[in-house]
Amino acid sequence: MITAEQKPMKELVECVRPFQRILLAGCNECVTVCAAGGRKEVGILASALKLQFQAEGKPIEITEITLERQCDPEYVEELVAQIDKVDAVLSMACGCGVQEVARRYTDKPVFPAVNTKFMGASERQGVWAERCQGCGDCVLGLTGGVCPVARCSKQILNGPCGGSTNGKCEVSSDTDCAWQLIWDRLKALGKLDQYEENIPAKDWRSGRGGGPRKIVREDLAS
Amino acid sequence: MKTDSILEKILASGQLAVTSECGPPRGALPDKVREKAQLLKGYVDAVNVTDNQTAMVRMSSLAACILIKQMGITPLLQMVTRDRNRLAMQSDIIGAYSHGIDTMLCLSGDHPSFGDHPMAANVHDIDSVQFVEMVTTMRDQGKFQGGEKIDGPPKMFVGAAANPFADPFELRVSRLAKKVKAGADFIQTQCIYNIDKFEKWMEGVRERGLHEKVYIMAGITPMKSVGMAKYMKNKVPGMDVPDDVIKRLAGVPKEKQAEEGIKMCVEDIQRLKEVKGVSGFHIMAIEWEQKVPEIMERAGLLPRPQF
Repeated sequence: MITAEQKPMKELVECVRPFQRILLAGCNECVTVCAAGGRKEVGILASALKLQFQAEGKPIEITEITLERQCDPEYVEELVAQIDKVDAVLSMACGCGVQEVARRYTDKPVFPAVNTKFMGASERQGVWAERCQGCGDCVLGLTGGVCPVARCSKQILNGPCGGSTNGKCEVSSDTDCAWQLIWDRLKALGKLDQYEENIPAKDWRSGRGGGPRKIVREDLAS
Repeated sequence: MKTDSILEKILASGQLAVTSECGPPRGALPDKVREKAQLLKGYVDAVNVTDNQTAMVRMSSLAACILIKQMGITPLLQMVTRDRNRLAMQSDIIGAYSHGIDTMLCLSGDHPSFGDHPMAANVHDIDSVQFVEMVTTMRDQGKFQGGEKIDGPPKMFVGAAANPFADPFELRVSRLAKKVKAGADFIQTQCIYNIDKFEKWMEGVRERGLHEKVYIMAGITPMKSVGMAKYMKNKVPGMDVPDDVIKRLAGVPKEKQAEEGIKMCVEDIQRLKEVKGVSGFHIMAIEWEQKVPEIMERAGLLPRPQF
């Protein structure tokens, strides 16, 4: 999933300050799962903002809504009913959702309420970790199902570097060395011979190197 | 011979080669480079010039290499994948060779989080294995990494690093094999303090016959004090400083620790000379270059061969 974290309250208060009526829009997808911008977080943030401005003697009006998917024009259309009644939108979706709202409602200011972080997985309750950088040319088949692009601090494709210590990355003892994980996994699979196959330099055109990316499926495109 | 590198000539002759290191200054102070290099002149075969080591901004390795070359000393250009993409790296390699720099070391580099620009993007377009392959392809096939022909290929003698002490130990010979497969001509190892472990690694290297495909230069750094030894043990990633080393330094008075450090380093060199497959030494006397002549003398590594 795409993970996100709510922005600091101070920053949110300042971006809302010039407006009287706010539409606080959550998303029912990834940000709900990572507890950053779902229905529950929308409710909590709305209350916190109202309290803040009430205390300042400048009460604001906040309309709460949580869309099924903010990155999908079909659902973003649902904001039509509220959009003219507000001065600005504060979106709790990931960056994709924020941009979809901005694209559809051209004359309405839209602000992000969360910082979009990474594509990751849940390690345990309340902990998410990066797993994928969307490089567009997946190497997981060569690396035992552990991604060196996303999980090695130096994105080394022929690792590990000389800083791997007790299974941890030199950058942080909280981070597993991706190449230790790859080695362990190849060993478990009986595929250690694969380790010595040098992985060639990556063609980053499939990733950000080629500019903004797009998928066009002729069979589905209308 | 693949190149005109003096280092290649010495290694190919079967004599022990010795390199040392010079870290460029943190400012536009060419005399600082010259002062350090002068201390090493005539005592070692080539001087490694580090590339923004510990991820701190310094005078570029290439610029400092040129200054050193002008003094009649052979510079060894270090380059890391952290700060440049493959376009910038290849243009610097051609540029270096145009200035007569024909020996280099391909590294990934310390992560930016260790340096004074932790906010910088880390490039890592290619890794150190791919880097070695890129430079040997430039030399042997006369082609850029992108496939186009080079008009005047740089004939670099190509080195890489190996750290026998990083984890997991069991893959460290295989990792070396990857660099050999990529075409590395010589290896400079991480500083060796745990000689038993190094010997065990070399056993694995010899079992695979890798010492016959690549020249292995043993990394040596003299300890200045027990404080430095403790710092290296606890703070430097991938460094293996056994307790015995710390005990021995702690066992002598503070003012004698530097001398003890030199003595230990000379003993280590003597012992490592006996390890089959060791082709030379890389003496990294960090901010202590003036001690290199003494270490060389006491280790019986002088005079240096002439070509």
